[in-house]
Amino acid sequence: MLVNRRLILAHFWLAFAVFGLALFLGAWQMLVRSPLYTWIGNPEWYYRSLTAHGTAMAYVFPTLVAMGFGYSITESALEQRLVGARWAWAGFSLIVVGAVTAMVPVALGRASVLYTFYPPLIGNAFYYVGVVLVVVGSWIWVALMSVNLRVWKRAHPGKPVPLAMFANVAGSYLWAWTSVGAALELLLQIIPVALGVRTTIDAGLARVFFSWTLHGIVYFWLMPTYIAYYTIVPRAIGGRVYSDAMARISFILFLVVAMPIGLHHTFADPQVGAGFKFIHSAFTALVALPTLLTVFTICASVEIAGRLRGGRGMFGWIAALPWKNPIMLATAFSFVMLGFGGAGGLINMSYQLDSSVHNTQWITGHFHLIFGGAIVIMYFAIAYDLWPHLTGRVLADLLLARIQLWLWFVGMIVTTFPWHWVGILGMPRRMAYFDFSDPAIAPQAFSVTLSAIGAFVLLISGLLFLFILARAHASRATDAGAYRFSVAVHPVRSVPLALNGYAIWVALMIALTITNYGYPIAALVARQDTSVPAVYVGAQ
Amino acid sequence: MSARELFTFRNPYFSTGIGVTVGLLVLSVLGGFILLPYAQSDLKFAGLWDAICSTAGLPQRSAPATAPAPAHRLSEAVLTPTMLAYPSRESIGRGATLAQRCAICHGPTGISRADSPNLAGQYASVIYKELLDFRSGARTNAVMSPFAVNLSDQDVADVAAYFAYLPRLPAYHPERQLPKPRIVIYGAPLRGIAPCGSCHGSLDNKAGSPWLEGQSEAYMKAQLQALASGQRSNDISQQMRNIARAMTPQEIGEAAAYYASQPPDVVKATD
Repeated sequence: MLVNRRLILAHFWLAFAVFGLALFLGAWQMLVRSPLYTWIGNPEWYYRSLTAHGTAMAYVFPTLVAMGFGYSITESALEQRLVGARWAWAGFSLIVVGAVTAMVPVALGRASVLYTFYPPLIGNAFYYVGVVLVVVGSWIWVALMSVNLRVWKRAHPGKPVPLAMFANVAGSYLWAWTSVGAALELLLQIIPVALGVRTTIDAGLARVFFSWTLHGIVYFWLMPTYIAYYTIVPRAIGGRVYSDAMARISFILFLVVAMPIGLHHTFADPQVGAGFKFIHSAFTALVALPTLLTVFTICASVEIAGRLRGGRGMFGWIAALPWKNPIMLATAFSFVMLGFGGAGGLINMSYQLDSSVHNTQWITGHFHLIFGGAIVIMYFAIAYDLWPHLTGRVLADLLLARIQLWLWFVGMIVTTFPWHWVGILGMPRRMAYFDFSDPAIAPQAFSVTLSAIGAFVLLISGLLFLFILARAHASRATDAGAYRFSVAVHPVRSVPLALNGYAIWVALMIALTITNYGYPIAALVARQDTSVPAVYVGAQ
Repeated sequence: MSARELFTFRNPYFSTGIGVTVGLLVLSVLGGFILLPYAQSDLKFAGLWDAICSTAGLPQRSAPATAPAPAHRLSEAVLTPTMLAYPSRESIGRGATLAQRCAICHGPTGISRADSPNLAGQYASVIYKELLDFRSGARTNAVMSPFAVNLSDQDVADVAAYFAYLPRLPAYHPERQLPKPRIVIYGAPLRGIAPCGSCHGSLDNKAGSPWLEGQSEAYMKAQLQALASGQRSNDISQQMRNIARAMTPQEIGEAAAYYASQPPDVVKATD
């Protein structure tokens, strides 16, 4: 029962439009610092583009996808009209206003600080205010998800919350709490300096605040993908969810441990004690658990589909899977990229292994493979799956969709594998220019060239995706019926109270934040001698 | 459903959730704060509490010891990007009077014909810093040092404000403009040399770095050589010495010749 289709379509279209623009910037960046292009002359242009690319891809695009998908889940899984649709439009408008407010100073070259802010670099205040507006817009969505679930629970006392909605609200709570870190950094530290109220900033504390957000945000990006794994994929390929309870436990684990582990992003920072780095490293290892649970459950669910379709034997069910179905294809690609990206992630979270790849191109390769690869390819799948229900028109071009997914997969592998490799060879990240004629790095020229070519394959795939979605608006009308989610092997009649709500888990998440972040933050706040003069960047 | 039903140890989800989390936390605290610090043979702790404080990141005050005196005086100038940005008219006027004594070398309009730096339109922070360094002895020059010794802080700020106020005239270096050499466009990333313009004004300006366009070739070459040899050492944190040392004599010559041949109109203004 999708009533507010215009609202959902607005979110998706804005998300994908922003994504398309940021893809151009990304491909351009890959080109200009590769051996294929002579130096642009001014590194500021590179960092300007990088800031825009990062801000659009990290804050605007996934937030809008999560919001749009969240609204569709609310209406279709709960089978009730969205409560507070006006508020939802208000949140959407805040994101539009915020994105424009942030992008104008970036385009003018007055905020080339990269999306992770990097104080003591300070850009134009409007950039930060814009980012805050985007986040505030998404907080409206968080509140709406909570309110809608409450309304449903009141009308259905004791009934199990549908898995899709349970996961969706878990994701929204995770986002609400994880975005607090960056919000504190922006509101208490950066914006006062950007406005000129203060001229010094505690860069170390700011980095700790940002790390609070930096890892949880990745799992917020991941949430729509995992929701799609559990609630779209089995239905789309004719299977069943292997275990509904396992799914709930996975999402609960994400909620509890995705956020209080962010200090593994500050392994090389002197202002954080080694003991806390170890605690965060240990808890980061724990977050691999829900992913492993998910991989197991989804493989089992897919196997059910393969066997229902007549697959026999140890591996025969794999051949029996509906490989022409874009959702099946996207899921397989996503899992392959999740496997490689996850293995890389295990390296990053290990203190000693990290020291050999820290601040190298390995890291950029890693998060592009995980986010751009494993996560975004499922965003495509979500869009393909939802589109007929949102537009009321057939998505006829399945072949084109498959080509698009293949291109994205191949492009992402070609882009990120050499990227990891040059990182191991020691190539630093956040550099605008490399002199490949120097014998010391000349051997890396081939890998970097390959990577840049991959970026253009990704650009083509991204544009093809937009084309497929746009063309579907003009295809023949259809009645796609109600939008449904996967059902479990064992129908879910009742769920333990603890797996039907969030009280314990939100409490645990906040408690772990206090134990894992309390002392490092308090110690830095209490110290008076840690601030440094701000470095104002931008056109003078 | 009530909180009482949920938050009780009779609820297996609650007890398992809390139990596993607390257990892991205790284990990781023991590992991070006790086991690992003692596993490192090169770290010596006064006791358990010392080890815990140290790994928690509590800063330790080292025993007071007098730092060894450097062989030469270091710059004591403190600069921020905007500290001299808005001088008063009085300051510029006083600076003009004081600057009359500079004219013999730096030219009556701030444009030198004596291989001294052109000061007209130079960033105020640059003139301010160099005068402070000449005054303190961090930078020495037989001609400049005696001029700087008797200047007050206000005098230094006023002179800086006056020269920054003067218009940048094209300098008296009439040869044709040379093409940009590699070292100027790219720097040399593998030797830690950034492009000159990323501090010196054509791409960006960092406080205390002068713009160089149209300055005397002989002067710039001499300064780079002095920085490379360590004869001049008033650059904060060895910023320029590190770069000059890594430059080849040929690159020094190319950079000096290139900048001398440029008109100063590509330089960024400051606020």
